[in-house]
This record gives sequence, C-alpha cells and structure tokens, in this order.
Amino acid sequence: MKLLVCVSKTPDTTAKISFNADHSEFNEEGIQFIMNPYDEWYALVRAIELKEAAGGTVTLINIGPASNDQIIRKGLAIGADDAVRIDCQPKSSLFVAKQIAEFAKEGGYDMVFCGKETIDYNGSEVGGMVAEYLGQPFISYATEMTLDGTTATIKRDIEGGKETIEVATPFVLSAAKGLAEQRIPNMRGIMQARRKQIDVRQPVAFDDLSTVVSYEMPPAKAECKMIDPDNMTELVRLLHEEAKVI
Amino acid sequence: MSVLVFAESTGGALKKAAFEAVTYGYKTAQVLGTDCVALTLGEVENPGQLGTYGASKVLTASDLTLNDFDGQVYTDVIGQVAEQIGATVVILMHSSTGKSLVGRLSARLNAGSAPGVNTLPTNDGAFRVKKNVFSGKAIAQVEISSPVKVLSVMGNSFQPETVGAEVSAEGVSVNVPARKVTVKEVNRVKGTVPLPEAELVVSAGRGMKGPENWAIIEEMAEILGAATACSRPVADTHWRPHHEHVGQTGVAIRPNLYFAIGISGAIQHLAGVNNSKVIVVINKDPEAPFFKAADYGICADLFDVVPKLNQALKDFYSNN
Ligand SMILES: Cc1cc2nc3c(=O)[nH]c(=O)nc-3n(C[C@H](O)[C@H](O)[C@H](O)COP(=O)(O)OP(=O)(O)OC[C@H]3O[C@@H](n4cnc5c(N)ncnc54)[C@H](O)[C@@H]3O)c2cc1C
Repeated sequence: MKLLVCVSKTPDTTAKISFNADHSEFNEEGIQFIMNPYDEWYALVRAIELKEAAGGTVTLINIGPASNDQIIRKGLAIGADDAVRIDCQPKSSLFVAKQIAEFAKEGGYDMVFCGKETIDYNGSEVGGMVAEYLGQPFISYATEMTLDGTTATIKRDIEGGKETIEVATPFVLSAAKGLAEQRIPNMRGIMQARRKQIDVRQPVAFDDLSTVVSYEMPPAKAECKMIDPDNMTELVRLLHEEAKVI
Repeated sequence: MSVLVFAESTGGALKKAAFEAVTYGYKTAQVLGTDCVALTLGEVENPGQLGTYGASKVLTASDLTLNDFDGQVYTDVIGQVAEQIGATVVILMHSSTGKSLVGRLSARLNAGSAPGVNTLPTNDGAFRVKKNVFSGKAIAQVEISSPVKVLSVMGNSFQPETVGAEVSAEGVSVNVPARKVTVKEVNRVKGTVPLPEAELVVSAGRGMKGPENWAIIEEMAEILGAATACSRPVADTHWRPHHEHVGQTGVAIRPNLYFAIGISGAIQHLAGVNNSKVIVVINKDPEAPFFKAADYGICADLFDVVPKLNQALKDFYSNN
C-alpha cells in the first residue's frame, strides 16, 4: 500500500500574530513553527498505523522553502518512510494542490491524506482540490477509518452528527479529531529520521488565481462588564436590552 | 454572467444557513450588477421560497441519487450548472458540506477561491473579499483574479433578508455521474440544536469538576434553546462527547451568545469562539484570561451562580 501524507507548517497555536509595516505579509519574526496539528496528530499517524498493519510505505509531501525541513524531519521521526519537498513559497491553495496532484499522479498512491484544515489559513480546500485534479473521491472530516482490502469504511463529521460511508481506493481523505492518537517521536525515530532522504523538487508552473493582499487585526473588544453574582436578573436584563441576544 | 448560490438542504429541508447564503448571493449580485440564481440538489421541499431571500431564479436538480452527499458528484453537477448559466461567482455555505466542496469546485472551474468569507466582496478594479485567518486572530483580504470565483460564506455572518417574493422553481438538466461513495448511515444528534448552527451556546470546562455535575448546564441550555459545548480537556476525558469540543482543534463557532462556564480561556479555546457576538464568562478566578475576551463577566463559584442564573432566565422567559 502506498500512502501519501500532505503536511504543512503553521505558527504555533500560542503565537502572537503580527504583520509587516504595510500589512501585506505575516511577520514571521520570533514565531515558533509547528507541523499543522491535524496533519501531524491525525492524518500522519493514521497513515502510519495502516502501514504497520498491512505493510507499504508512507511518503510525506510539503510545498515550501528549505526552512520547512524541520517539520518534515519531525514527520519522518514519527514514522514516515521518505519525503518530498517542492521548493517554493506557495501563495494559494490551488497552487499547493496542483503541486501535490502532479507528484501524486506519478506515484500511483492508494490514499492521499491531509488534515481537515491548516490552523493559519483555515481554508479546508487543498484535499478537495487534489482529489479533483486526480479525479478521485474526497472524504472530508474523517474521524474513524477501517480498511478491508481496497474498501474503506469511514465515519465523517457532518453538521450536527456523523455519516458512515464506504469508498474504494484510491481516494483523498482529510483527517479530523478521532482518526488517530497523537504520537510523540522517540529517540530511535529521531535518529532514523536523520538518515532518511528529503527529495527536493522544483514546482510545476501554475498561476495563482487568488492571493492575500492585506491583513488586519479584528476590532478590539470593549472592556468586560462585571456583574454582581447575586444579581443574575441584571445579567438577563442586559442580555435582553443592551446586547439584544435573548 | 450571474451569481450562483448552492442552497444546501438536510433531509429535504432548506436550512437557515441556505437563506443566509442566498441573501449574501443577492447582495454580491448587486455589487456586480447582475442577478442571483439559487440551485438545490436532490428532493427539496418548497425551493421557490429562496426567491424571498433574493434569488431571481431557482433551479432544481432533483435526481434522487443527489439526496445523499457525494462531493465528486455534487461538484460536477454544480460545475455544469455554473457553466450553463455562465456564473462568474459561485457561492457555497461554509458548512461541512460546503467546506468539502469549495476546494474541489474551484479546481473544477479553474476558479480562485475564498473559503469562509464574512464580508461582501468589493469590485472596484479588483474583486476582493475578507475572511478570518489564524483561527480568528486576524482578518485577510483576498483578491481573486480569475474570471470565475468560488466563495463559501461563514454561517451567522449575514442574516437572511426578505428582499423578494417566492418564485416557481425550474428543473435544470444535468448529467449526474455515477457515484463512488456509498452512504451507509447518517446519525444526527436528535432533539438538540447542532452546535455549528446554534445562535446560543452554553459551554463548560474543567471547572465543572466532573460529568455528573452537567445537569445545571443542560438545564440552562434547555431554558435558552441553546446548544451545549465544552473545552478540549472535558472532551478528551470523555466527560462530554467529542462533537461538543470547541476551539482551535475542535469546532469553530460564531453564535450570537456564548456562555463560558468554568473555562479558563486558553488561547486555543478562544480561537474557536472569539467571533461570538457576545461572550459571558463565569469563573471564580478573577485572573482567568477569559475575562479579557468577555463582554459580561461574573466572578463567582459556578455552582452557586448557575442555578441563580437559570432561575432568572426562567423568570425572564415566563414573562416574555
Ligand atoms: C495545540 C493545542 C491545541 C488545543 N486546542 C484546544 C481547543 O481546541 N479547545 C480547547 O478548549 N482547548 C484546547 N487546547 C487546550 C487549552 O490549552 C487548555 O488547556 C484548555 O482549553 C483548558 O480547558 P479548561 O478551561 O476547561 O480547563 P482549565 O484550564 O483547567 O480551567 C478551568 C477553569 O475553571 C475555573 N473554575 C474551577 N472551579 C470553578 C468553580 N467552582 N466556579 C467557577 N469557575 C471555576 C478555574 O478558575 C479555571 O479558570 C489546546 C492545547 C494545545 C497545546
């Protein structure tokens, strides 16, 4: 079984977000970067579990500059076999998806895994785009998955509930909480990761159709109004008359 | 040239979010000087009502195989309709269905996209629209340069408006491709409001001490007609079901009113709820970071104050 896992780099969840002077770019200074949690905790670990159960290989793919290698090394330490990095600074989801799809086409993967969204752009787009370019089904928000031969049974999150579906490989899947349990790389994994190769390739040409032109901070919240705990009638009155939410 | 809105339905019924999307589509069409066309897939009750919210035309592709979701099939059908009517903007809801389609459809139509928008686009020289990024910690302005654009609209960002009248829906002819995904089972939590769509949310954290104490939270949700939510450790320790987990790694919500009870307000929790219109925090620690993000705060023991609040709410609803 050949599995491809898409991993991206995002600012740490506690990162203080700021922008350059003209607000056109995210300020990376002093920011700790991590592997996008959905990619790491759920997509990658489930792929590794499938490989452990049925044999095969897990390949990581990242679209980004050389500084992303630290994230890729972590994925290799957790248990991926090899990795490819498409060397560029991507500006749109469609560009990223195009690069992944071009690589995946050659490889003939049984499944392509990605996280349900990145915690920076919150797009939820790349998996569906890759699937469309490959002409394969895309199963989003997977929280459980079992594989029987080439047929997968997958539980996925839908509005206010869950749906269980069946689909045959090959397909693209986006991973949500529940699909696997986070794994911490051990010493052996970290040592082995040092010897694994990262295959660095050039991107295929593709024009961006959408780009972020500027950033702004959300409007500041007004001061919190403290309410006397013995006067809940006052809170209810404020919610009704002032905030108008009940 | 038109704006096409895919109006989602559940079990044949159109949802409020679909009306929001149609009103958004109507206003986008005004910005572009064109009209708004709504599309429903599968069997849907009374699709013509979408006219009320701003669709000048309602198209229905009512092939029975479209009753169950299949992203590949839906994308193809929406793509065909977009091409038939020459849509320049295709609008989806930013729901789990919409989010599963937005990327796929933009690849299908070779269209630039903006997922999860919460403002109307502007179109003076360039098509631009805003969306939240960094889990709500910032806002990005996205410029789309392709002739066709795909947007998904964040729920509860626009209210449905009655701007037109009912229209009679027209069937649209499309080729429905064979599906590759078989839906085996659908389980929706019954009787309660689904969290992502809820306008009122009552959420509680580790300050509750244990799952056996949740009755006061459930009572409050019932009085308000609210959905219940929880912090991550509460879901991780199985005090509450996983689908209630809100935050950066759980569900992101933007209700009109969010009660945070016994939740400290860690940055990852705030990331999923800081777009709520009004936040009420109940915490016994005056230093709890959540107070900084709150509109109203009560610094007290939740086990004392929540029963009092429930009584005050009951009194309010019996008089109003
Ligand atoms: C990568 C990452 C992602 C994460 N994602 C999420 C996420 O999506 N969602 C999320 O929620 N967390 C997330 N977390 C965890 C987050 O950092 C916090 O640990 C978590 O939100 C704390 O939950 P809590 O507020 O319920 O518990 P605590 O932090 O333990 O807070 C309990 C609060 O209850 C108050 N309290 C206690 N007793 C009472 C009482 N009797 N009356 C009134 N108040 C009382 C206390 O003062 C305290 O403020 C994430 C963490 C990481 C590292």
